[in-house]
Order: sequence, then C-alpha cells, then structure tokens
Amino acid sequence: MEGMASGKKLLTRLAERLTGRFGVTALLILAVLAPFLVQSDYYIQLCTEILIASLLAISLNFLIGYTGLVSLGHAVYLGVGAYAFALLTKNVYPSMWAGLIVAGASCALLAWFMGIFCVRLAGLYFAMLTLAFSQVVYTVAYYWRDVTGGDDGMLGIPKPEIGIPGAFSISLESFTNFYYFVLIIVATLIFLSWKIANSPFGRVLQAIRENPERVEFIGLPVHRYKLYAFIIAGTLGGFAGGLYSTFQGYISPDLLYWTQSGEIVLMTILGGMYSFLGPAFGAGLLLYIRDTVLNFMEYWRIVVGSILVLLVLFLPGGILGFFEGWISRLSIGGDHGDARS
Amino acid sequence: MELDVSFWLTQFLNGLANAMVLFLIASGLTILLGVLGVLNLAHGSFYMLGAFLIFSSSVIKNPSWFWVGLLFAPLVVAGFGTIIEAFCLRPLYGRERLYTLLLTYGFTLILDDLVLLIWGRDYKSVPIPALFEGRISIGDFSYPVYFLFIIAVGPLLGVFLWFILHRTNFGKLIRAAATDSEMLDALGVNVNRVFTGVFALGAWLASLGGILAAPMRSVEPGMGVEIIIESFIVVIIGGMGSYLGAFVGAVLIGMLKAFGIEILENFAMIFIYALVLPILILRPRGLFGETTI
Repeated sequence: MEGMASGKKLLTRLAERLTGRFGVTALLILAVLAPFLVQSDYYIQLCTEILIASLLAISLNFLIGYTGLVSLGHAVYLGVGAYAFALLTKNVYPSMWAGLIVAGASCALLAWFMGIFCVRLAGLYFAMLTLAFSQVVYTVAYYWRDVTGGDDGMLGIPKPEIGIPGAFSISLESFTNFYYFVLIIVATLIFLSWKIANSPFGRVLQAIRENPERVEFIGLPVHRYKLYAFIIAGTLGGFAGGLYSTFQGYISPDLLYWTQSGEIVLMTILGGMYSFLGPAFGAGLLLYIRDTVLNFMEYWRIVVGSILVLLVLFLPGGILGFFEGWISRLSIGGDHGDARS
Repeated sequence: MELDVSFWLTQFLNGLANAMVLFLIASGLTILLGVLGVLNLAHGSFYMLGAFLIFSSSVIKNPSWFWVGLLFAPLVVAGFGTIIEAFCLRPLYGRERLYTLLLTYGFTLILDDLVLLIWGRDYKSVPIPALFEGRISIGDFSYPVYFLFIIAVGPLLGVFLWFILHRTNFGKLIRAAATDSEMLDALGVNVNRVFTGVFALGAWLASLGGILAAPMRSVEPGMGVEIIIESFIVVIIGGMGSYLGAFVGAVLIGMLKAFGIEILENFAMIFIYALVLPILILRPRGLFGETTI
C-alpha cells in the first residue's frame, strides 16, 4: 500500500512537471532540435507546416475555446493573409517583414469590420455569419482574375531574405533556415497569445463563454470584449496566412473555402479546445495523420473524419484535453494547463 | 435595345428549375434546424449520394433504371441518415451545439472520400430519362421537357411536405417537437423516434434533390460541399425552421443567379450575399422565421 501511494505521488509530480513549464521547455527544445532529428528536407517542411498550422489553430481557439464563439469562417484570415503577403511581395515590395506586417494588418482590419457585425450574434447565427463572410471573400478571390489570378491562384511567391540592408542578410531559401525563421515568429506569437489568454482580459473572455449575462451585469462591455477577441484571432490568423504564403510559394482560393475553415476547427477540437496548447497539438496530429495516410492511400479524409466522429462521441475534450483531465484527476486539486481554471 | 423574350423566358425557367432542386435540399435542412436544432453540414453529402446512386443505376445498370433508382436510392440514403442520427447524433443532444456541428462535419469528410473511393474523381453525366427527352416548342421558343418536369415536381413535393407536416400525426409530432420537445417528451411521446424520423426525411429529400439534379448538372465529388452553401443561404433568407421560407428563399436565389449572371457574369453570387448579409445582421431569424435558434 505504502509503495503504491508513493508511486502515485511520483507519477503525479511527473505529470505536473510535464504539463507545466517543464513540458513547454521540452517542447521548445524538441522544436529547436527537430531539423537535426528528422534529417530530411521533406520532414523539415512538414514540421514547418505544422508550426504554421499550430498558430492558426491557436488563433481560432481565442474564439472557440476561450470566448465560446464557434466560427466557421476562420479560413478567411489564412486566405487574406496569404493573398496580402503574395500581392505585396510579388507586385510591390519584396520584403519578408513588410509582407508579414501587411498580412497581419489587413486581417486585423477585416476582423474589425466583420467583427462589428458578427459579435452581436451568438450560437448558430454567429457560425452562419462568419461562414457567409468568408464565402464572400472566397467568391471575390475566385472570380477577380486580374488581381488574384482566379482559380489558378498565384505562383512564385518569394521568400525574401531578412537582415539589415548593407550590413548582413540571411537567405531563407534553405529549408532549415526557413524552419527556424518560422519557429521564431510562431513561438513569439504563441507566447504573446499565451500572455493574453492568461491576462485579466483572457479571464473575462472565459467568463463570457461561461455566462455572458453575468458578465454584462458586472458592468463589462461584452460585445467590445468579443470584438477584441475576434480581432486578436483574426490578426494571428493573418500572420499564419502570410507565413503559409511564403512557405508554399503558391496559393489558391481553396485556402478560403469553407471546408478549409472546417479543417481549422477540426485541429482545434482534435487537440482540445480547453487547453492552451491543445489546438497546436491537434494541428500537428492532423498534418501527421494526413501525411502518413497519404503514403499508402489518397483517402485521408475518411480516416480523419472517422477519428473526428469517434472523438466527438467518446473524447469530447480532445486528445490533449483528455490527458490533462486524467492528470489533474491524479493530482488532487491540480488544474494545470486548463484554460478553464 | 431589343428585348429578347424567349431568352429571358429561358433564363426564368432555368432559374426556377434550379430553385426547385435547391428547395428540396433546403427544406430538409431547415426542418432539421427547426426541430433538432442541428446545422447538418453533411446534408450536401446526402444530395451527392443521391446523384451518384442514380448514376450507378441509370448509367451502369440500364437507362430505364432511372425510375427504379428514383424510388429506391432516397430510401437507401434515408436509411443511412437514420443510422447516423440514431447512433451518433442522439447522444449529443444534451451537449454543446459545437459537437453536433463537428459530428456532421466528420460525416461530410467520410462521405466525400467514400464517394471518391467508389466512383472516382472524374465528372460523370447522367442522361435524361427517355420519358422526358426532347424539347417543347411554342413558336420559335423551345425548352427541354425534363426541366419543366423538375419545375412541376418541386411544388408537388412542397404540397406533399405540407401534407405530411400539417395533416398527418407524424407531422403534428414534428411541429410539437419544434415548439417544445421537452413538453412532448413529458407527454409520453418518444421524441427520439420523432427526431430520427425528421433526420431520415431530410436525408430522403436531399438525395431526391441530387437525383433530380443529376441529369441537369455534372455529377462530381465536390457537388455536396458546394450545394450546402447555397442551401444555407436559402435557409437564412427564409428563416431557420420555416418551410415556406425555404421555398421563397430558393426561388429568390434561383432567380438572382439566373438573371445576375447576365448582369455581372461570374460575380452573380455577390448579389446573393448582398441579400443574405443584411438579413443575417438585421433580421437573423429570416423573412419567415418565427423563433430564434
């Protein structure tokens, strides 16, 4: 009995470590070492894509997990960010930083405009309006051939080198360099998101999810808080879009289609919307599953769809959410990494 | 400017034919929303399944099998819907709405790839059934008979649905469940069975839409996710849960597309969004919707 109890204690402590700072540090070290561990251009690219998708999923989780607003139009930021980056760097000024800033800024503006209307609705109406807005943008991108290239999309989006003009410059053409560049940007933005999520502002968002009326009674402007969440989600999504644009070098209106929005929701739920890093975990898992299944058959959606159905029925907290729940049940009173706490 | 009457008449009738197909899909979707409170993202996949099943029966088997397919394929799809509702959707009703949305999205992914797996990626065409081949001519105006058949079938099915909803016991239960399913449950009615019936009816209607549309359009794997957006728009305009609204919304969208194409070519969809965004913003319950969901 004694041995079992101390064994459980040890396990609990280990679990606490894993989900706390220790886990995040380990994850970061793993991310930094990844190019040396995988040793192949193909997998370095997969890791790069996972990083970008993680940022995208975490950005959406500001709406779904934190504020309780299910958006079915998040692909609009992926697409608009990607087009903004491509149009600027291809046609106007080939600079990585300018491209990313324009991608983020254009999405912030778009989110502000859409948000004014969207945050006044709740539930299915909110989902429908976000879906409708994103489809409008899709239609424009699809048919406005002169600017967007229509359904052919845009090719040859550059990876401009970074550095100080005249002093030094770093080429991002190599897969490893580009991976580290994306890692730095994504890690910084995710860290910022984490700060926001755990600030008093983030707590208000969670309170809105749990009970908007009560927050209103306290005297906080619920609509304005929702709008801020909407803009933060959109801006972060725009940065992900810009990164995706330069990463792929090719974009098409498919990025804006509603099924793409569904995929981002899927990543968020797969990992767990009530845990901060859950969506990132889900993004990694989804891309990994797609890559693995595509190796032996074309029909990866059947696999992912089946996983989603099973998940919704049996593990509604998502995979990471499930493990965290399991861990906090082990450690009495522990509530680590839970966005709800 | 010369007014070309027969041209505009053709556009009008085309718009009407497309509207009737849209009505079949949107009516199921809107009843599902009104009664179950479920936004069924897989509804377009039922439409697609109908179209592919009719391709198998009328092209692979025998052209005269169109009618056999018309009779049995919707029943197969409705059976499919029954299984999905009874085993997967039912456990989720008490939970957040996000989960039902995700579940139906999961089935969209599964069904879309299943269709790819069975029928392949290339476009398929289904011939018009022999009974309705050819065109009708009045003076120098001529129009395909099959499209007229669709235009006639739409209102007929509309009346049929109205009959089910307002003149049968099942319809009475559906309307009661839409108003207050808890009360219905307390009165001793098996609400679960009503919900399953509604879902099956929706799947039946959507696949019927797919079958009727198959000879007018190309049959391809992406057709489900495409039609669902237009159907949503119809439901939003008409009002979620309103079945009359679905009819009006479908005709409105059909006309806007048919005539919008003449004015703005590819940007015709913009007209539709220009209509739907203000409705969602200013009057989310739609033109005919009574309740908010």
